[in-house]
Amino acid sequence: MSDNVVRVEGLTRSFGALLVLDDISLEIGRGEFVAVVGPSGCGKTTFLNLVSGFDRPTSGQVTRAGVVRMVYQQDGLFPWLTVAENIALGLRDMRDEREAERQLAEMFVLIGLEEFANHYPHQLSGGMRQRVELARALAAPSDILLLDEPFSSLDYLTRLRMRDELARLLTERPRTVVLVTHDIEEAAQLADRIVVLTERPARISRELRLDVPRPRELTHPEVVAAVHGILMDLGIERDAERSAVPGP
Amino acid sequence: MNEEPLPSRVHLLPVAVALAVLVVWAGLSALGLFPRTVFPSPRAVAWGFVEELRDGRLFNDVVASLFRVATGFALAVVLGCPLGLWIGHHARAKIALLPAVNFFRNLSPLAWIPFAVLWFGIGDPPAIFLIFMASFFPIVLATSAAVANIPSVYFRVAQDYGFRGVEMLTRVTLPAVMPQIITALRVTAGLAWVVVVAAEMLAGRDGLGFAVWDARNGLRTDLLVVEMIVIGSIGVAIDRLLVALMRVRSVRWGYER
Repeated sequence: MSDNVVRVEGLTRSFGALLVLDDISLEIGRGEFVAVVGPSGCGKTTFLNLVSGFDRPTSGQVTRAGVVRMVYQQDGLFPWLTVAENIALGLRDMRDEREAERQLAEMFVLIGLEEFANHYPHQLSGGMRQRVELARALAAPSDILLLDEPFSSLDYLTRLRMRDELARLLTERPRTVVLVTHDIEEAAQLADRIVVLTERPARISRELRLDVPRPRELTHPEVVAAVHGILMDLGIERDAERSAVPGP
Repeated sequence: MNEEPLPSRVHLLPVAVALAVLVVWAGLSALGLFPRTVFPSPRAVAWGFVEELRDGRLFNDVVASLFRVATGFALAVVLGCPLGLWIGHHARAKIALLPAVNFFRNLSPLAWIPFAVLWFGIGDPPAIFLIFMASFFPIVLATSAAVANIPSVYFRVAQDYGFRGVEMLTRVTLPAVMPQIITALRVTAGLAWVVVVAAEMLAGRDGLGFAVWDARNGLRTDLLVVEMIVIGSIGVAIDRLLVALMRVRSVRWGYER
Protein backbone atom coordinates (compact mmCIF):
# COMPACT_ATOMS: atom_id res chain seq x y z
CA MET A 1 0.00 0.00 0.00
CA SER A 2 1.41 3.35 -1.00
CA ASP A 3 0.13 5.19 2.05
CA ASN A 4 2.39 3.22 4.35
CA VAL A 5 5.47 5.29 5.10
CA VAL A 6 7.23 2.51 6.97
CA ARG A 7 6.75 -1.14 6.17
CA VAL A 8 8.42 -3.86 8.19
CA GLU A 9 8.07 -7.44 6.98
CA GLY A 10 9.22 -10.54 8.83
CA LEU A 11 12.02 -8.58 10.43
CA THR A 12 14.53 -10.82 12.20
CA ARG A 13 17.86 -9.82 13.64
CA SER A 14 20.33 -11.97 15.49
CA PHE A 15 23.81 -11.21 16.74
CA GLY A 16 25.73 -14.46 16.44
CA ALA A 17 23.67 -17.10 18.20
CA LEU A 18 21.62 -14.48 20.05
CA LEU A 19 18.22 -13.96 18.46
CA VAL A 20 17.07 -10.44 19.31
CA LEU A 21 14.13 -9.73 17.00
CA ASP A 22 11.98 -12.57 15.80
CA ASP A 23 9.75 -12.11 12.77
CA ILE A 24 8.27 -8.68 13.35
CA SER A 25 5.85 -7.22 10.82
CA LEU A 26 4.41 -3.75 11.04
CA GLU A 27 2.94 -1.15 8.74
CA ILE A 28 2.92 2.50 9.67
CA GLY A 29 0.71 4.98 7.81
CA ARG A 30 1.55 8.57 6.96
CA GLY A 31 1.27 10.86 9.97
CA GLU A 32 0.77 7.97 12.36
CA PHE A 33 2.44 7.99 15.78
CA VAL A 34 3.52 4.50 16.76
CA ALA A 35 5.09 3.70 20.10
CA VAL A 36 7.06 0.51 20.61
CA VAL A 37 7.24 -0.58 24.24
CA GLY A 38 8.74 -3.57 25.91
CA PRO A 39 10.95 -4.71 28.75
CA SER A 40 14.42 -3.16 28.78
CA GLY A 41 16.98 -5.09 26.77
CA CYS A 42 14.32 -6.66 24.57
CA GLY A 43 15.71 -5.15 21.37
CA LYS A 44 13.78 -1.89 21.00
CA THR A 45 16.84 0.10 19.99
CA THR A 46 17.88 -2.67 17.61
CA PHE A 47 14.44 -2.38 16.05
CA LEU A 48 14.83 1.36 15.60
CA ASN A 49 18.32 0.98 14.13
CA LEU A 50 16.84 -1.36 11.54
CA VAL A 51 13.99 1.02 10.76
CA SER A 52 16.45 3.91 10.32
CA GLY A 53 18.63 1.84 8.01
CA PHE A 54 21.68 2.08 10.26
CA ASP A 55 21.61 -1.67 10.83
CA ARG A 56 20.76 -4.52 8.42
CA PRO A 57 18.26 -7.26 9.22
CA THR A 58 19.33 -10.90 9.34
CA SER A 59 16.19 -11.66 7.40
CA GLY A 60 13.04 -9.83 6.43
CA GLN A 61 12.97 -6.30 5.16
CA VAL A 62 12.25 -2.71 5.94
CA THR A 63 11.04 -0.14 3.44
CA ARG A 64 10.70 3.50 4.30
CA ALA A 65 9.44 6.32 2.13
CA GLY A 66 11.10 9.66 2.67
CA VAL A 67 13.69 11.40 4.79
CA VAL A 68 14.36 9.98 8.25
CA ARG A 69 15.48 11.98 11.28
CA MET A 70 16.42 10.40 14.57
CA VAL A 71 16.71 11.60 18.16
CA TYR A 72 18.96 9.45 20.30
CA GLN A 73 18.78 8.27 23.86
CA GLN A 74 22.20 9.69 24.70
CA ASP A 75 22.98 13.36 24.55
CA GLY A 76 23.37 13.84 20.81
CA LEU A 77 23.98 17.58 20.68
CA PHE A 78 27.51 18.59 19.71
CA PRO A 79 28.92 20.25 22.84
CA TRP A 80 31.37 22.37 20.82
CA LEU A 81 28.56 24.08 18.90
CA THR A 82 26.11 26.64 20.23
CA VAL A 83 22.41 25.87 20.43
CA ALA A 84 21.82 27.80 17.20
CA GLU A 85 24.66 26.00 15.40
CA ASN A 86 23.33 22.65 16.57
CA ILE A 87 19.84 23.33 15.26
CA ALA A 88 21.36 24.66 12.03
CA LEU A 89 22.88 21.20 11.44
CA GLY A 90 19.34 20.10 10.69
CA LEU A 91 19.18 22.72 7.94
CA ARG A 92 22.49 21.83 6.25
CA ASP A 93 20.77 20.46 3.17
CA MET A 94 18.82 23.64 2.62
CA ARG A 95 20.24 25.46 -0.40
CA ASP A 96 18.50 28.75 0.12
CA GLU A 97 20.40 30.45 2.93
CA ARG A 98 17.73 32.99 3.68
CA GLU A 99 15.13 30.28 3.92
CA ALA A 100 17.40 28.32 6.30
CA GLU A 101 17.77 31.39 8.51
CA ARG A 102 14.02 31.89 8.53
CA GLN A 103 13.49 28.25 9.50
CA LEU A 104 16.07 28.54 12.26
CA ALA A 105 14.35 31.60 13.72
CA GLU A 106 10.98 29.85 13.50
CA MET A 107 12.34 26.79 15.28
CA PHE A 108 13.61 28.97 18.12
CA VAL A 109 10.19 30.54 18.53
CA LEU A 110 8.61 27.08 18.49
CA ILE A 111 10.76 25.74 21.32
CA GLY A 112 10.85 29.08 23.14
CA LEU A 113 14.61 29.18 23.65
CA GLU A 114 15.39 32.38 21.70
CA GLU A 115 17.54 33.83 24.46
CA PHE A 116 19.68 30.68 24.57
CA ALA A 117 20.68 30.70 20.90
CA ASN A 118 24.31 31.51 21.68
CA HIS A 119 24.59 29.27 24.72
CA TYR A 120 26.36 25.93 24.60
CA PRO A 121 24.50 22.68 25.38
CA HIS A 122 26.28 22.14 28.71
CA GLN A 123 24.87 25.44 29.94
CA LEU A 124 21.30 24.18 29.44
CA SER A 125 19.12 21.92 31.60
CA GLY A 126 18.36 18.38 30.44
CA GLY A 127 14.84 19.34 29.34
CA MET A 128 16.09 22.32 27.33
CA ARG A 129 18.71 20.15 25.62
CA GLN A 130 16.02 17.66 24.63
CA ARG A 131 13.94 20.49 23.17
CA VAL A 132 16.95 21.54 21.12
CA GLU A 133 17.39 17.95 19.90
CA LEU A 134 13.76 17.85 18.79
CA ALA A 135 14.19 21.23 17.09
CA ARG A 136 17.25 19.99 15.21
CA ALA A 137 15.41 16.90 14.02
CA LEU A 138 12.31 18.85 13.00
CA ALA A 139 14.01 21.94 11.54
CA ALA A 140 14.09 20.79 7.93
CA PRO A 141 11.35 19.02 6.00
CA SER A 142 11.43 15.28 6.66
CA ASP A 143 8.93 12.45 6.70
CA ILE A 144 9.80 10.10 9.49
CA LEU A 145 10.89 10.95 13.01
CA LEU A 146 12.48 8.16 15.03
CA LEU A 147 12.74 8.68 18.77
CA ASP A 148 14.92 6.36 20.84
CA GLU A 149 13.86 6.85 24.47
CA PRO A 150 14.32 10.58 24.03
CA PHE A 151 13.17 11.55 27.53
CA SER A 152 14.52 8.66 29.58
CA SER A 153 17.30 10.69 31.19
CA LEU A 154 14.97 13.45 32.38
CA ASP A 155 13.29 13.74 35.77
CA TYR A 156 9.62 12.79 36.01
CA LEU A 157 8.07 16.27 35.83
CA THR A 158 10.32 17.37 32.99
CA ARG A 159 9.38 14.21 31.16
CA LEU A 160 5.68 15.05 31.54
CA ARG A 161 6.30 18.55 30.15
CA MET A 162 8.36 17.20 27.25
CA ARG A 163 5.45 14.96 26.22
CA ASP A 164 3.26 18.05 25.87
CA GLU A 165 6.07 19.82 24.04
CA LEU A 166 6.47 16.95 21.58
CA ALA A 167 2.70 16.77 20.96
CA ARG A 168 2.65 20.50 20.32
CA LEU A 169 5.68 20.44 17.99
CA LEU A 170 4.07 17.65 16.00
CA THR A 171 0.90 19.65 15.43
CA GLU A 172 3.12 22.41 13.98
CA ARG A 173 5.36 20.04 12.05
CA PRO A 174 3.52 16.78 11.41
CA ARG A 175 5.66 13.69 10.95
CA THR A 176 5.26 9.95 10.95
CA VAL A 177 6.71 9.01 14.33
CA VAL A 178 8.17 5.83 15.73
CA LEU A 179 8.85 6.20 19.44
CA VAL A 180 10.73 3.50 21.25
CA THR A 181 10.35 3.65 25.01
CA HIS A 182 10.16 1.61 28.18
CA ASP A 183 7.87 4.29 29.63
CA ILE A 184 4.38 2.89 29.14
CA GLU A 185 2.69 6.09 30.27
CA GLU A 186 4.66 8.02 27.70
CA ALA A 187 3.50 5.64 24.98
CA ALA A 188 -0.12 5.82 26.12
CA GLN A 189 -0.09 9.60 26.33
CA LEU A 190 1.44 10.15 22.91
CA ALA A 191 0.85 7.31 20.48
CA ASP A 192 -1.99 6.51 18.07
CA ARG A 193 -0.91 2.91 18.22
CA ILE A 194 1.14 1.04 20.79
CA VAL A 195 3.10 -2.06 19.86
CA VAL A 196 4.07 -4.18 22.84
CA LEU A 197 7.11 -6.41 22.45
CA THR A 198 7.83 -9.56 24.44
CA GLU A 199 11.06 -10.37 26.26
CA ARG A 200 13.98 -11.28 24.02
CA PRO A 201 13.69 -12.64 21.40
CA ALA A 202 11.18 -9.86 20.81
CA ARG A 203 7.93 -10.58 19.06
CA ILE A 204 4.86 -8.40 18.90
CA SER A 205 2.70 -9.55 21.79
CA ARG A 206 -0.07 -7.02 21.35
CA GLU A 207 -1.10 -3.89 19.50
CA LEU A 208 -3.53 -1.32 20.79
CA ARG A 209 -5.02 1.84 19.35
CA LEU A 210 -5.93 5.09 21.03
CA ASP A 211 -8.25 7.50 19.29
CA VAL A 212 -8.05 10.37 21.77
CA PRO A 213 -6.59 13.52 20.18
CA ARG A 214 -3.26 14.87 21.47
CA PRO A 215 -2.29 16.44 23.81
CA ARG A 216 -3.83 13.94 26.19
CA GLU A 217 -3.88 14.15 29.92
CA LEU A 218 -2.05 11.47 31.79
CA THR A 219 -5.19 10.72 33.78
CA HIS A 220 -7.51 10.51 30.76
CA PRO A 221 -9.54 7.25 31.16
CA GLU A 222 -8.34 5.86 27.82
CA VAL A 223 -4.71 6.56 28.70
CA VAL A 224 -5.17 4.87 32.07
CA ALA A 225 -6.92 1.92 30.44
CA ALA A 226 -4.11 1.56 27.89
CA VAL A 227 -1.46 1.62 30.62
CA HIS A 228 -3.39 -1.00 32.56
CA GLY A 229 -3.78 -3.17 29.47
CA ILE A 230 -0.05 -3.09 28.72
CA LEU A 231 0.91 -3.76 32.32
CA MET A 232 -1.40 -6.76 32.31
CA ASP A 233 0.21 -7.93 29.14
CA LEU A 234 3.64 -7.68 30.73
CA GLY A 235 2.36 -9.64 33.74
CA ILE A 236 2.79 -6.74 36.16
CA GLU A 237 -0.86 -5.92 36.87
CA ARG A 238 -3.74 -8.33 36.98
CA ASP A 239 -7.27 -7.85 35.82
CA ALA A 240 -8.78 -5.51 38.42
CA GLU A 241 -12.23 -7.11 38.46
CA ARG A 242 -10.97 -10.61 38.70
CA SER A 243 -8.47 -9.85 41.45
CA ALA A 244 -11.05 -7.79 43.37
CA VAL A 245 -13.43 -10.72 43.55
CA PRO A 246 -11.59 -13.68 44.98
CA GLY A 247 -12.52 -16.94 43.34
CA PRO A 248 -13.91 -19.91 45.23
CA MET B 1 28.12 24.90 49.29
CA ASN B 2 27.59 28.62 48.92
CA GLU B 3 30.96 29.97 49.91
CA GLU B 4 31.27 33.65 50.38
CA PRO B 5 33.20 35.30 47.57
CA LEU B 6 36.79 35.99 48.61
CA PRO B 7 37.80 39.63 48.82
CA SER B 8 39.99 40.81 45.95
CA ARG B 9 42.81 41.34 48.46
CA VAL B 10 43.52 37.58 48.34
CA HIS B 11 45.39 38.18 45.11
CA LEU B 12 48.09 39.86 47.20
CA LEU B 13 48.73 36.60 49.07
CA PRO B 14 51.15 35.14 46.50
CA VAL B 15 53.08 38.41 46.55
CA ALA B 16 53.29 38.13 50.34
CA VAL B 17 54.62 34.57 50.01
CA ALA B 18 57.28 35.73 47.52
CA LEU B 19 58.30 38.51 49.90
CA ALA B 20 58.48 36.04 52.80
CA VAL B 21 60.76 33.74 50.78
CA LEU B 22 62.94 36.72 49.95
CA VAL B 23 63.16 37.75 53.62
CA VAL B 24 64.08 34.22 54.76
CA TRP B 25 66.67 34.00 51.98
CA ALA B 26 68.18 37.39 52.89
CA GLY B 27 68.16 36.42 56.57
CA LEU B 28 69.93 33.11 55.92
CA SER B 29 72.58 34.73 53.77
CA ALA B 30 73.08 37.53 56.37
CA LEU B 31 73.71 34.90 59.07
CA GLY B 32 76.64 33.70 56.95
CA LEU B 33 76.01 30.00 57.63
CA PHE B 34 77.37 29.14 54.20
CA PRO B 35 80.21 30.76 52.24
CA ARG B 36 79.02 33.52 49.91
CA THR B 37 80.24 31.57 46.89
CA VAL B 38 77.81 28.70 47.49
CA PHE B 39 74.91 30.73 48.95
CA PRO B 40 74.52 34.03 47.08
CA SER B 41 72.62 36.90 48.71
CA PRO B 42 69.53 38.43 47.07
CA ARG B 43 71.59 41.55 46.51
CA ALA B 44 74.32 39.67 44.62
CA VAL B 45 71.67 37.99 42.50
CA ALA B 46 70.06 41.34 41.72
CA TRP B 47 73.41 42.68 40.53
CA GLY B 48 74.00 39.51 38.55
CA PHE B 49 70.64 40.08 36.87
CA VAL B 50 71.64 43.63 35.88
CA GLU B 51 74.97 42.34 34.57
CA GLU B 52 73.28 39.63 32.46
CA LEU B 53 70.80 42.14 31.06
CA ARG B 54 73.50 44.72 30.24
CA ASP B 55 75.73 42.52 28.13
CA GLY B 56 72.63 41.08 26.39
CA ARG B 57 73.50 37.48 27.18
CA LEU B 58 70.31 36.77 29.07
CA PHE B 59 68.19 37.96 26.16
CA ASN B 60 70.14 35.82 23.70
CA ASP B 61 69.81 32.76 25.91
CA VAL B 62 66.07 33.24 26.34
CA VAL B 63 65.57 33.61 22.60
CA ALA B 64 67.73 30.55 21.86
CA SER B 65 65.85 28.35 24.34
CA LEU B 66 62.42 29.57 23.28
CA PHE B 67 63.26 28.99 19.62
CA ARG B 68 64.27 25.39 20.31
CA VAL B 69 61.21 24.63 22.41
CA ALA B 70 58.85 26.27 19.91
CA THR B 71 60.36 24.37 16.96
CA GLY B 72 60.54 20.96 18.64
CA PHE B 73 57.11 21.35 20.19
CA ALA B 74 55.48 22.57 16.97
CA LEU B 75 56.95 19.58 15.09
CA ALA B 76 55.62 17.23 17.75
CA VAL B 77 52.12 18.76 17.55
CA VAL B 78 52.00 18.85 13.74
CA LEU B 79 53.07 15.20 13.46
CA GLY B 80 51.68 13.84 16.73
CA CYS B 81 48.06 15.03 16.51
CA PRO B 82 47.34 13.53 13.07
CA LEU B 83 49.04 10.28 14.08
CA GLY B 84 47.01 10.21 17.30
CA LEU B 85 43.78 10.82 15.36
CA TRP B 86 44.63 8.02 12.96
CA ILE B 87 45.56 5.56 15.71
CA GLY B 88 42.40 6.46 17.62
CA HIS B 89 40.22 5.65 14.63
CA HIS B 90 41.88 2.38 13.58
CA ALA B 91 41.82 -0.60 15.89
CA ARG B 92 44.66 -2.39 14.07
CA ALA B 93 46.92 0.65 14.07
CA LYS B 94 46.19 1.02 17.76
CA ILE B 95 47.10 -2.58 18.56
CA ALA B 96 50.23 -2.33 16.43
CA LEU B 97 51.57 1.05 17.50
CA LEU B 98 50.36 1.84 21.00
CA PRO B 99 52.88 -0.40 22.82
CA ALA B 100 55.76 1.30 20.99
CA VAL B 101 54.34 4.76 21.67
CA ASN B 102 53.92 3.83 25.32
CA PHE B 103 57.49 2.57 25.49
CA PHE B 104 58.96 5.81 24.18
CA ARG B 105 56.54 7.82 26.28
CA ASN B 106 57.97 6.19 29.40
CA LEU B 107 61.59 6.43 28.28
CA SER B 108 63.14 9.59 29.67
CA PRO B 109 63.94 11.88 26.75
CA LEU B 110 67.21 12.70 28.52
CA ALA B 111 68.42 9.17 27.75
CA TRP B 112 68.59 10.32 24.14
CA ILE B 113 71.15 13.04 24.90
CA PRO B 114 74.24 11.00 23.89
CA PHE B 115 72.65 10.01 20.57
CA ALA B 116 71.38 13.54 20.04
CA VAL B 117 74.95 14.84 20.25
CA LEU B 118 76.41 12.02 18.18
CA TRP B 119 73.84 12.46 15.42
CA PHE B 120 73.25 16.20 15.45
CA GLY B 121 76.34 17.72 17.07
CA ILE B 122 76.00 20.83 19.17
CA GLY B 123 73.51 23.70 18.95
CA ASP B 124 69.89 23.88 17.82
CA PRO B 125 69.36 20.46 16.15
CA PRO B 126 70.11 18.16 19.12
CA ALA B 127 67.97 20.29 21.45
CA ILE B 128 65.08 20.37 18.97
CA PHE B 129 65.39 16.62 18.55
CA LEU B 130 65.24 16.05 22.31
CA ILE B 131 62.24 18.34 22.74
CA PHE B 132 60.51 16.53 19.91
CA MET B 133 61.19 13.17 21.56
CA ALA B 134 59.83 14.50 24.85
CA SER B 135 56.61 15.94 23.36
CA PHE B 136 55.70 13.71 20.44
CA PHE B 137 54.75 10.52 22.28
CA PRO B 138 52.60 12.06 25.01
CA ILE B 139 50.71 14.02 22.34
CA VAL B 140 50.09 10.89 20.23
CA LEU B 141 48.95 8.99 23.30
CA ALA B 142 46.61 11.70 24.57
CA THR B 143 45.09 12.33 21.13
CA SER B 144 44.46 8.66 20.37
CA ALA B 145 42.95 8.06 23.81
CA ALA B 146 40.69 11.09 23.38
CA VAL B 147 39.50 9.86 19.97
CA ALA B 148 38.71 6.42 21.37
CA ASN B 149 36.55 8.07 24.04
CA ILE B 150 34.36 10.12 21.71
CA PRO B 151 30.76 9.02 22.32
CA SER B 152 29.65 7.07 19.24
CA VAL B 153 26.38 9.01 19.17
CA TYR B 154 28.30 12.02 17.78
CA PHE B 155 29.31 10.02 14.72
CA ARG B 156 25.76 8.72 14.30
CA VAL B 157 24.38 12.26 14.44
CA ALA B 158 27.10 13.52 12.09
CA GLN B 159 26.25 10.78 9.61
CA ASP B 160 22.55 11.57 9.86
CA TYR B 161 23.26 15.19 8.96
CA GLY B 162 25.51 14.36 6.05
CA PHE B 163 29.06 14.72 7.37
CA ARG B 164 31.52 12.63 5.39
CA GLY B 165 35.25 12.02 5.18
CA VAL B 166 37.44 15.04 5.84
CA GLU B 167 34.50 17.07 7.10
CA MET B 168 33.79 14.36 9.69
CA LEU B 169 37.40 14.65 10.85
CA THR B 170 37.65 18.43 11.00
CA ARG B 171 34.15 19.22 12.20
CA VAL B 172 33.39 16.30 14.50
CA THR B 173 36.46 14.32 15.59
CA LEU B 174 38.78 17.28 16.06
CA PRO B 175 36.42 19.54 18.03
CA ALA B 176 35.36 16.52 20.10
CA VAL B 177 38.93 15.88 21.26
CA MET B 178 40.09 19.51 21.42
CA PRO B 179 39.69 19.92 25.19
CA GLN B 180 41.83 16.85 25.89
CA ILE B 181 44.41 17.91 23.30
CA ILE B 182 44.75 21.29 24.98
CA THR B 183 45.25 19.62 28.35
CA ALA B 184 47.90 17.38 26.79
CA LEU B 185 49.62 20.40 25.22
CA ARG B 186 49.82 22.05 28.63
CA VAL B 187 51.44 19.04 30.24
CA THR B 188 53.75 18.46 27.28
CA ALA B 189 54.87 22.07 26.96
CA GLY B 190 55.91 21.96 30.61
CA LEU B 191 57.88 18.82 29.89
CA ALA B 192 59.51 20.38 26.82
CA TRP B 193 60.61 23.40 28.84
CA VAL B 194 62.21 21.10 31.44
CA VAL B 195 63.98 19.13 28.72
CA VAL B 196 65.43 22.14 26.89
CA VAL B 197 67.42 23.15 29.98
CA ALA B 198 68.91 19.68 30.30
CA ALA B 199 69.58 19.45 26.56
CA GLU B 200 71.41 22.75 26.45
CA MET B 201 73.57 21.84 29.43
CA LEU B 202 75.14 19.01 27.47
CA ALA B 203 74.58 19.89 23.83
CA GLY B 204 74.55 23.68 23.73
CA ARG B 205 76.75 26.70 23.36
CA ASP B 206 73.99 29.06 24.35
CA GLY B 207 70.48 28.98 25.83
CA LEU B 208 69.33 29.09 29.43
CA GLY B 209 70.47 25.52 30.12
CA PHE B 210 73.94 26.31 28.87
CA ALA B 211 73.93 29.50 30.97
CA VAL B 212 73.21 27.41 34.07
CA TRP B 213 76.08 25.09 33.20
CA ASP B 214 78.37 27.99 32.44
CA ALA B 215 77.54 29.72 35.73
CA ARG B 216 78.26 26.51 37.60
CA ASN B 217 81.63 26.09 35.85
CA GLY B 218 82.56 29.67 36.66
CA LEU B 219 81.33 29.21 40.25
CA ARG B 220 78.98 32.18 39.65
CA THR B 221 76.19 31.00 41.93
CA ASP B 222 74.62 34.46 41.74
CA LEU B 223 74.14 34.03 37.98
CA LEU B 224 72.95 30.47 38.60
CA VAL B 225 70.07 31.85 40.67
CA VAL B 226 69.34 34.48 38.00
CA GLU B 227 68.97 31.72 35.39
CA MET B 228 66.83 29.63 37.73
CA ILE B 229 64.43 32.52 38.31
CA VAL B 230 64.19 33.24 34.57
CA ILE B 231 63.65 29.57 33.67
CA GLY B 232 60.89 29.17 36.26
CA SER B 233 59.16 32.40 35.25
CA ILE B 234 59.14 31.56 31.55
CA GLY B 235 57.80 28.09 32.33
CA VAL B 236 54.91 29.66 34.21
CA ALA B 237 54.33 32.15 31.37
CA ILE B 238 54.13 29.33 28.78
CA ASP B 239 51.60 27.52 30.93
CA ARG B 240 49.50 30.69 31.34
CA LEU B 241 49.51 31.10 27.58
CA LEU B 242 48.17 27.57 27.07
CA VAL B 243 45.61 28.00 29.85
CA ALA B 244 44.25 30.90 27.81
CA LEU B 245 43.37 28.34 25.09
CA MET B 246 41.06 26.64 27.57
CA ARG B 247 38.94 29.78 27.67
CA VAL B 248 37.99 29.55 24.00
CA ARG B 249 34.19 29.22 24.06
CA SER B 250 33.97 26.14 21.88
CA VAL B 251 36.16 24.05 24.22
CA ARG B 252 34.77 25.16 27.58
CA TRP B 253 32.37 22.21 27.66
CA GLY B 254 35.34 19.90 28.13
CA TYR B 255 36.26 21.49 31.45
CA GLU B 256 32.90 22.50 32.87
CA ARG B 257 30.93 19.29 33.05
